[in-house]
Amino acid sequence: MQSDVREMILKGISGSPGICIGKAYLVDKEGVDVIEKYSISPEAVRKEVDRFKTAVTKARNELEDTIKRVPEELRHHAAILETHLLLHKDKMFYGKIIDMIKIRMINAEWALKETTAQTKAMFNDISDPYLKSRAADIEHVAERIMGNLVGIKAVNIAGIDKRVILVAHNLSPAQTSQIQLEKVMGFITDRGGRASHTSIIARTLEIPAVLGLDNATSIIKNDNIIIVDGTAGIVIVHPEEETLIRYDELAKKYAQRKADILRTSVRPAESIDGQAFSIMGNIELPEEVVAVKDHGGDGIGLYRTEFLYMNRDTFPDEQELFNQYKEVAELMYPQPVTIRTLDVNGDKAILGMETPDEANPALGLRAIRFCLQKPGMFKTQFRAILRAAAFGNVRVLLPMISGSEEIHETLKIIDQAAESLEKDGFPYNRNIKTGIMIEVPSAAIIADQLADMVDFFSIGTNDLVQYTLAIDRGNRQVAYLYNTLHPAVIRMIKFVVDAGKKKQIKTFMCGEMAAEIFNLPILMGIGIDALSMAPQSIPSVKNMIRKISVSESRLFLKEVLKQTSAADTMQLITDTYGKTLTNGIYHT
Amino acid sequence: MNTLKNDLSRTTTVINELGIHARPAARIAAIASAARSDVRLRKNGEQADATSIIDILSLACFKGTVVTLEISHPEDMPVLNKIIDLFERGFEE
Repeated sequence: MQSDVREMILKGISGSPGICIGKAYLVDKEGVDVIEKYSISPEAVRKEVDRFKTAVTKARNELEDTIKRVPEELRHHAAILETHLLLHKDKMFYGKIIDMIKIRMINAEWALKETTAQTKAMFNDISDPYLKSRAADIEHVAERIMGNLVGIKAVNIAGIDKRVILVAHNLSPAQTSQIQLEKVMGFITDRGGRASHTSIIARTLEIPAVLGLDNATSIIKNDNIIIVDGTAGIVIVHPEEETLIRYDELAKKYAQRKADILRTSVRPAESIDGQAFSIMGNIELPEEVVAVKDHGGDGIGLYRTEFLYMNRDTFPDEQELFNQYKEVAELMYPQPVTIRTLDVNGDKAILGMETPDEANPALGLRAIRFCLQKPGMFKTQFRAILRAAAFGNVRVLLPMISGSEEIHETLKIIDQAAESLEKDGFPYNRNIKTGIMIEVPSAAIIADQLADMVDFFSIGTNDLVQYTLAIDRGNRQVAYLYNTLHPAVIRMIKFVVDAGKKKQIKTFMCGEMAAEIFNLPILMGIGIDALSMAPQSIPSVKNMIRKISVSESRLFLKEVLKQTSAADTMQLITDTYGKTLTNGIYHT
Repeated sequence: MNTLKNDLSRTTTVINELGIHARPAARIAAIASAARSDVRLRKNGEQADATSIIDILSLACFKGTVVTLEISHPEDMPVLNKIIDLFERGFEE
């Protein structure tokens, strides 16, 4: 039966990582798309409105039933269904449709279809991808009502009685909530992206999902054997025997690795030859401390403090800042918390302060430059930090330093903050370690001089790369030139770390570069002391470090430094560490 | 500043990670529906009827957005406070 069908690979979007092999089960509601438009006589308008109202009531009742049947483990996802219940009667939807039937004297189906389309069009103007994909909520509500108007029976997923891979055009939250989890191995949908509901649920349940396949529902038939590689975002239909064997092994390995990673994420990140690296988390809010701890972080390498300054009428007072810093310091103790002082830039207008129009905000009045113009405000932040330092292991990090004067000036303000605290009788700790961000090329180039003035360096790769290569990452025309592996970037990082080592100060890295595991052999070879990243990246980075030998990476670095382009360096990484990396990538 | 107008409106920031998506919008609408007169949500000069989920969603309030909630009658103060409280607790998400 299968002899005449060829193996086929469908490419989509990775919705949730993992691999599964199984039989397809199609969930779809065909036919709903064919909607007729017709006029109704003035006498029939009232009847038509009633017909619509009945369909809505029925849809609401069905939904209420569904909510009652949601299994316990998915109860928190049922909230979206409660929302749908309210959407049915929303005046911009329900009211509009009834008006349309009355005024234009058209059938309820058409009014529903048109209002849905208009509402969805509104969402297209939204740039935030998550909010934009909320258009799907309207669509699901409309579909259910439409089903009642035209009389189509919805497929009942609750009736699935075997382990399957669900194949759907687009899974609605109502449908996903009815799924018996133990029966579903994976999801495949034509529509949807990483921010879609299906993707979120699949990730929560940790089962693979590939979305945005466009035409999976027309290619895949019920009971077809399919392979879902949620990590690579591909689906293989009618796999050949060798493919099946290969993926079966991959699936087992993946499961094994995932279990290993979770077990070991709290263990230290120690290289094969026994050198320990400190892997920390970046946070913005005290609440995120939990995520850092859960993922095995060795401290907070970057605590962004902009949040309390944004969108308000006055600067936050010392007590408010102190409370937050103290909370984080206490929660993390004895591990370190690195508080970065206010780093506002062009994107983040604070206090509704009309920042003067700057032609180049990235090169303008931001971060330390801004703070030094507001010494009173800056001193307040330092007072809060020094006070919090009495309650935990707190360090302070100064952003956007471009030369020694800025450090001198800032240290003076820190001294003043300490003196005033002494006078006011607050407990504080002046012996706080002070570090600077190395993100402006000038600071990198004079790192050997700056090392005399501070206790540590933290390389902010996002800005350092942007400034070094003169690339605005937000500019699509040139974004392709943004590359952390550019020889100039690697040399610069090495120079900074070497300068630090000579003066016996440590160098950390807290940009995105630190979280990408293929950079690790280079960073370890350079001798970086600690890395800080989004909490979710910590386990895979720790795991990768345990597979690399520092002495080997030093030899590897020598080869890297001979490369003349980022592409060559990437090739070298793949050739040397390819296998280790692929294994590592599979659990991210 | 007009104190009376100030009393009837409050400004807050969206702090929950996913912004005002359907669930928070539904919670706002549910509370706003109990008000005796209009409740509006404003963002950069645009405004939405706070009793309509769709209207709220169309404002596109993502994390970090500053919004002003406005009531039309002092009697609706509890409605105003309840909604602001939800914002401040990140909609418990």
